[in-house]
Amino acid sequence: MNLFAQAFAWLFAPERMEGTYALPTLLGQHLLYTVISVLIAAAIAVPAGWAIGHTGRGREVAVGISGAARAVPSFGLMVLLVLVLGVLRIPEAAVVTFVLLAIPSLLAGAYTGIEAVDRHVIDAARAMGMTEWQVFWKVEMRLGLPLLVGGIRAATLQVIATVTIAAYVNLGGLGWPIIQGIPLRRFEQVLGGAILVALLALLVDLLLALAQRMAVPTGLRTSSRDRSTASVPASS
Amino acid sequence: MSWVLDNVDLILQLAVVHLRQCVIAILLGSLIALPLGWVAWRYRLVRGPVIVLTGLLYTIPSLALLILMPAVLGYSAISETNLVVALTIYAVAILVRSVADGLDSVDAAVRQAATAMGYGGFRRFWTVDLPLAGPVILAGLRVAAVSTISLATVGILIGVTNLGYLFENGLQRRIVAEVLAGVLAVVVIALVIDLLLMLAGRAIMPWTRASTNATARRVRLPVRAAA
Repeated sequence: MNLFAQAFAWLFAPERMEGTYALPTLLGQHLLYTVISVLIAAAIAVPAGWAIGHTGRGREVAVGISGAARAVPSFGLMVLLVLVLGVLRIPEAAVVTFVLLAIPSLLAGAYTGIEAVDRHVIDAARAMGMTEWQVFWKVEMRLGLPLLVGGIRAATLQVIATVTIAAYVNLGGLGWPIIQGIPLRRFEQVLGGAILVALLALLVDLLLALAQRMAVPTGLRTSSRDRSTASVPASS
Repeated sequence: MSWVLDNVDLILQLAVVHLRQCVIAILLGSLIALPLGWVAWRYRLVRGPVIVLTGLLYTIPSLALLILMPAVLGYSAISETNLVVALTIYAVAILVRSVADGLDSVDAAVRQAATAMGYGGFRRFWTVDLPLAGPVILAGLRVAAVSTISLATVGILIGVTNLGYLFENGLQRRIVAEVLAGVLAVVVIALVIDLLLMLAGRAIMPWTRASTNATARRVRLPVRAAA
């Protein structure tokens, strides 16, 4: 446990607030990369997922993509893109990696959310004279929102984990104390970094779990014991 | 491409090491998850804490877990054991849920029928509950296997050699073919293992042949995929 005491001493040392690798700077970098990547990925994957869910077309493709994506090693993909785009464009290569990694979860969240909507509800909406757009925007999208937020949650945590590894290609972020400390055997720094990364992931997970709960439309809250809203169904 | 041809031996050697690490983690994960999943399914009070705890461990990014676990349990971070323990934890997190969900999916009437026919708890579990939960558990096992194989490559960051070595070495030496070979080797191994598990499932559970799609969609993952 002594190592933990040293790690906390390292975390709370005044030097941690200074210089290029100050902890607030690293945290800022970590969050910035995560937010930008998830937003770009969402701009691509959410409309596509909604279209798949609404029309039912292209479902096999989406299932295939999210299944195959799990087999791709994120660390390897990042290194590959860094080498292909050139070492001078590491941030671009890293963001492309994060976006590619976030897309499958977001896609799955968007289309499974709409797919899970009871067909009778959609038929009822049509029978009430709603246009195709109203059926989507006022019914399907609202009812599918919890699963979409679940997809955003999975994608965000995936990106946070990969940004940690991205310190290996000099991207900064909270992985930097870990990656830099291992070869130097500075384990108090390594453990300090690991504690921060774990706390960040758990905190973000908690916030998005709350968001997921709030995304359930008010009218359905009473029956929110249905546990299917709690997570994104995986595909194989 | 000439790099790949010159280094086929290295790639094969690393692939064998990689596969060994992953197979150990997946087997250990299954051995732990089966009783744990059963307990979570059988005792409702335990279920919440078990799912939440494994979910939280799964949420911790791999690089952080690879540092935290040895610090808590007191073994060396720079060791193959460390990588295998971390991979096992992630596999357990996926599988516990699948086992509990799988047992949930068994029709209560079937279970009662077995009891009425005189099956004791132990025999009923192995001959009725487990086979009927099989498709859901298998779907979880396939997800766990594929993510373990791709995740194992982060081992190189703590100095454990496997196919991840090709990423580190390829980056240092700026050889695109080497990194690409590593990525493709990992993907191919993952997909082959996935296929083998699917075929094994069809052989062991012939009744599932018609409707694999329906059960595959029932896998529920803890949040976050491999990285």
